[in-house]
Amino acid sequence: MIDCSQSGVPLLEVDGLSVDYGLKGVSLRAIDGVSFALGAGQAVALVGESGSGKTTTAMAIAGLLSPNARVGSGEVRYRGNRLPIDDDAAMRPHRWSETSVIFQGAMNALNPVHRVIKQIAEPCMLKLGMSCGEATARARELLELVGIPADRGAAYPHELSGGMRQRVMIAMALACRPSIVIGDEPTTALDVITQAQILKLLGELRSQLNLALILITHDLSVVAECCDHVMIMYSGRIVEDGTVAEIFAKPNHPYTRLLIESIPNPASGKRIIRPIPGDPPNLMNRPSGCAFHRRCPSAMAVCATEVPSLDTFGLGRVACHLHQSLTQEDKVAAHA
Amino acid sequence: MASTGIGAPKSQHVGRIFLRAAVTLLMVASLNFILFRIIPGDPAALLLGGARTSVTAEQMEAQRQNWGLDRPLFPDQVVDYLSASLHGDFGYSFKFRGRHVSDLILERLPATVALVGLAQFIAILCGVMLGLYAGWRRGGAVDHIVTGASLALYSTPSFWLGMLLVVIFSTALGWLPGYGAYSPGAISGSLDWLIDYLRHLALPVTAVTLGLIGQYVVVARAAMSDVVTEDYMVTARAKGLNRGQMLMRHAFRNAMLPVVTLITLNLGYVVAGAITVEAVFAWPGIGGLTVEALNARDYPVLQGIFLLLGASIVVANLVTDLAYGILDPRVRQ
Repeated sequence: MIDCSQSGVPLLEVDGLSVDYGLKGVSLRAIDGVSFALGAGQAVALVGESGSGKTTTAMAIAGLLSPNARVGSGEVRYRGNRLPIDDDAAMRPHRWSETSVIFQGAMNALNPVHRVIKQIAEPCMLKLGMSCGEATARARELLELVGIPADRGAAYPHELSGGMRQRVMIAMALACRPSIVIGDEPTTALDVITQAQILKLLGELRSQLNLALILITHDLSVVAECCDHVMIMYSGRIVEDGTVAEIFAKPNHPYTRLLIESIPNPASGKRIIRPIPGDPPNLMNRPSGCAFHRRCPSAMAVCATEVPSLDTFGLGRVACHLHQSLTQEDKVAAHA
Repeated sequence: MASTGIGAPKSQHVGRIFLRAAVTLLMVASLNFILFRIIPGDPAALLLGGARTSVTAEQMEAQRQNWGLDRPLFPDQVVDYLSASLHGDFGYSFKFRGRHVSDLILERLPATVALVGLAQFIAILCGVMLGLYAGWRRGGAVDHIVTGASLALYSTPSFWLGMLLVVIFSTALGWLPGYGAYSPGAISGSLDWLIDYLRHLALPVTAVTLGLIGQYVVVARAAMSDVVTEDYMVTARAKGLNRGQMLMRHAFRNAMLPVVTLITLNLGYVVAGAITVEAVFAWPGIGGLTVEALNARDYPVLQGIFLLLGASIVVANLVTDLAYGILDPRVRQ
């Protein structure tokens, strides 16, 4: 999925990134050796259950790790330069100017005591050095861009609907013309119709402004609508990635397959949704080998002992012993 | 840019606030009248000093007629009371014979406003700043010290603190006067007089301040530590704001909402005085007058003080509602 820009260096490279959280003296590995690259204008979805590390991955890229987070290993490179993601102050110039975030549930993400236009204009003044008038003019443009009449900018967040607030959030994210926008479940709190409108808007803005989009979601239908690549995360690791079309048509990892099968599909006539048995693993006590082996219908002996590496398979990558050549006999046995 | 966030509350909202205050004030005044009438004892007898044996029935009747006490309680007497109160006539004191209650109160008001006003000012300034800082740096060394000290002060009676201050700074060290407001022979208005007054003010103000400060610290700290965990603070950080900008532009005003409520409500008590502290320091304020009037069963004076207190609380509530409407756009509908 490496799509190089003109200079030959991808816009964003995440290389073997591991992040730990310190909790009461115990260290907890939230993401473990995550690697991927993102080209300008690409849209990639990070999909996984709660606690799979998708939000930690995104927050690390945005330089928004919480104070109790430590970068255990690896690095993040932006246009070829290493980002100081574990240094709060050093990340400040990068934030919003290069990478911005559309937070979920924009009600609480917007400050209740300030008019929304002020909140959109704020980064223009602080980051781009615009005057108050210029920043306000820019904020009005941005509101129109996301389909809100500019005069509605005088409203306070509580005076707007959920969909409008999410649009305001998007306008705010675009304020400093970033190259990467991270959507942290941007449509989770919205009804289905509003959700579709917001996703359509995001898609349009993406192609119009050549934005790279990282969309965090647990909703596979959202992925299908507006991303070209998808990365499936499980227990802090990427287990499979590839293009949306390929992964939906032919999932290679058993987890991906079960995830897709668990989507209710009214058209198929099947009434029964098949959930994945078991619970997501406890990060304090991650299973040995492949973290999914206890829930996996195709688990083999090797899965409990060895962590599968994320290898190229077909056009994407997959981390599963089923697709690694060294266990040929096991593979045959499992398919039988 | 800061001004764009502050808008005028809607006039309908303001009108409702004023109407509510007026109705409350009317009810407070009526209750104040009823309260003193259900106390056992005939006002006419109290007026004559309670010496019933030497007073003839005719004299009592004459008093009743003279003060309108022979007329029905409702509506005549209530209406009389409310209308007189509205015109600033709170009647005459029993103890200080023939003196207007309003004169007595006005005489004592400046000393109380100086004492409690100054103490409130210092307590608000220090308490709110310390509390906000402790909440912003929650779990830090300053937080632990400030929170511990404020809880200790919050739970200590201020008259006890007052006595402690007198023992240490007046009796033992002899640095400051321990009672009264003036030294004998001081000429009112001179610089020496002002210095003397401030020296007398120092210990009682300290006692009242220490009694109030804990409350402000606790409320401000709680408000700020709620705000720092809000999602919009993450947004502010993501926007690349530094800590100072996050604090001043996003945290401060939200954290001030509950604090402003506490401040304006407490301002209502400025005129009520600090009864116990004024008693400890023999401070010639409203609190002292209340105690004197209680001891002498001087009901008109007490009635006047209660009405003043009730009215100032109602006004403080009115100011709170108006201030909140300006600070928090969510209550403006």
